[in-house]
Amino acid sequence: MWGDVMDYIKAFIVGGIICVIGQILIDKTKLTSARILVLFVVVGCILGGLGLYQPLVDFAGAGASVPLPGFGNLLARGVKEEIDQVGALGILTGGFKASAAGISAAIVSAFIMSLIFDPKEK
Amino acid sequence: MAVHIGKQSVKFDLCPVVTATASTVGTKEGEGPLKDYFDVILKDNLAGKDTWEKAESEIARQNISLAIKKAGLKNEDIDYIITGDLLNQCCGSTYGIRDMGIPYFGVFGACSTMGEAMALGSLLVDGGGAKRVVAAASSHFCSAEKQFRFPLELGTQRPQTATWTVTGDGAAVIERKGKGPKITGITTGKIVDMGITDGNNMGAAMAPAAADLIERHLKDFGVAPDHYDVIATGDLGYVGHALVHEMLEKKGITLGDRYIDCGIEIFDRKTQDTHSGGSGCACSAVTFAGMLYSRLKSGEINRLLFIPTGALMSPTSLGQGESIAGIAHGVVIENVG
Amino acid sequence: MDKEKQREYQKMVENASPNSPVVKDCIRAFFVGGIICTIGQLIMNFCLNMGADMKDASTYTSVILVVTASVLTGLGIYGKLGKFAGAGSIVPITGFSNSVTSPAVEFKKEGYILGVGSKIFLIAGPVILYGVISSMLVGIVYYFVR
Repeated sequence: MWGDVMDYIKAFIVGGIICVIGQILIDKTKLTSARILVLFVVVGCILGGLGLYQPLVDFAGAGASVPLPGFGNLLARGVKEEIDQVGALGILTGGFKASAAGISAAIVSAFIMSLIFDPKEK
Repeated sequence: MAVHIGKQSVKFDLCPVVTATASTVGTKEGEGPLKDYFDVILKDNLAGKDTWEKAESEIARQNISLAIKKAGLKNEDIDYIITGDLLNQCCGSTYGIRDMGIPYFGVFGACSTMGEAMALGSLLVDGGGAKRVVAAASSHFCSAEKQFRFPLELGTQRPQTATWTVTGDGAAVIERKGKGPKITGITTGKIVDMGITDGNNMGAAMAPAAADLIERHLKDFGVAPDHYDVIATGDLGYVGHALVHEMLEKKGITLGDRYIDCGIEIFDRKTQDTHSGGSGCACSAVTFAGMLYSRLKSGEINRLLFIPTGALMSPTSLGQGESIAGIAHGVVIENVG
Repeated sequence: MDKEKQREYQKMVENASPNSPVVKDCIRAFFVGGIICTIGQLIMNFCLNMGADMKDASTYTSVILVVTASVLTGLGIYGKLGKFAGAGSIVPITGFSNSVTSPAVEFKKEGYILGVGSKIFLIAGPVILYGVISSMLVGIVYYFVR
């Protein structure tokens, strides 16, 4: 029920490598984490648009879909599917539609946390 | 009467006396190498309040009251409080002292605030404008991070050149008469900007101002570095400390071991994970009020050149691509007659 | 002359400034990032096994990871993990969640509208903005060439 052990090895290695690329950028270019997040989503979206990211997702599963380029790829895929179904309007609705679950979960959960927790020291 | 000498300095005639100091620090500083010198080490960095900003004000309030008490005085004996901090519109100080009923000059010199406050305080006292003043400065790691960087819980790494804002408040009571080390002169810094834009390398941004001030001070007073037992800059950290040595060495001025930096002294680099060292208004303020003052009193140091350093910038100016302007203020404190 | 001096100083600063320990950072980022993705794979396989299709399984995985990271941020654990792992915990979707929850908690004292409400998008805002813009650009191109 937990699938093939190769699934996990592939996810671990590919996910790890994508994070290492981010780490090199942080250490060498002094990019802040906010810029890394933006950069990775945009790059993922462009690669997804060109059809270059999906093969990596097919190969590595969560190793490619969990890192932020996977989120960008999801946006690109969502737009394409939406255009196929509803035409030009899909250009506007596809991105938000595809990312709706992730963004809603993030902001609602963040709001609940802000009700429960107080700021803490590092 | 005080005399203006050289280009940027004042030599005092009456020489105001630092009759007492007080230092209150946060938990991390209380685990550092200077822990035995501090008057109060907080158990909780919120100081019983519900926000970091209110905590900073509370620390300032308690510490300034303690300094006045240690000098054997009451609030009504103090003619002026001169204090500042890093928060927008100097709110840390303002709310800290609002119920004290003492005339107040709010000052902003970024992390050099303690030097600015002590310089202005001694000018007031020496010039006859006041009998007794309190000079102080505060900062808080959490309120500073929140204002200048990112939320505390954001999972980021700090670069090796970054410094750690000191939580605490340092205060000094400066009187016309009394027992204690005396302020014999000041050198007021000018803004020096060498075009550093990296907000995570404040030491490098401020070092040119400190080097410029030291050079100016030695010329104005006509002395060599060995005139002083200790020359202490405020919060340049390891990076800025090394740069000051290098810049002055190029000009033929050798500072040697007498040159220390409060940002290096206050934390243990190996165990406290503070990277380049401590920073913030409180860094120089509590190091002076704690260790340096206590060594002056014991005679371990007889002549100190104290140089709090500041990075004059805001998140807005950094966002607009402005470089970080540095400043440094020199105060000479000695054991004399 | 002044520009010259600034350049010269910039060089001095570079020599005096210690570099980040890239190798150590990368090893940590690799392991933590890899582990987060492996946990994601675990959730995904479980969902697939429960009968979800690939798309839904992927969405459930994101949501579960996002909510978990949000709770860990509230508890003060994710920030510490981030200090250790760097990009290893920034780059996975859990890092996005951390960037939403951390300002929400930090600015709650400034009220629920202009504190939590606006600051919640401090870092997520730019991510969503540029993500949606790039998806629209992809859409426009796709619309004409498909």
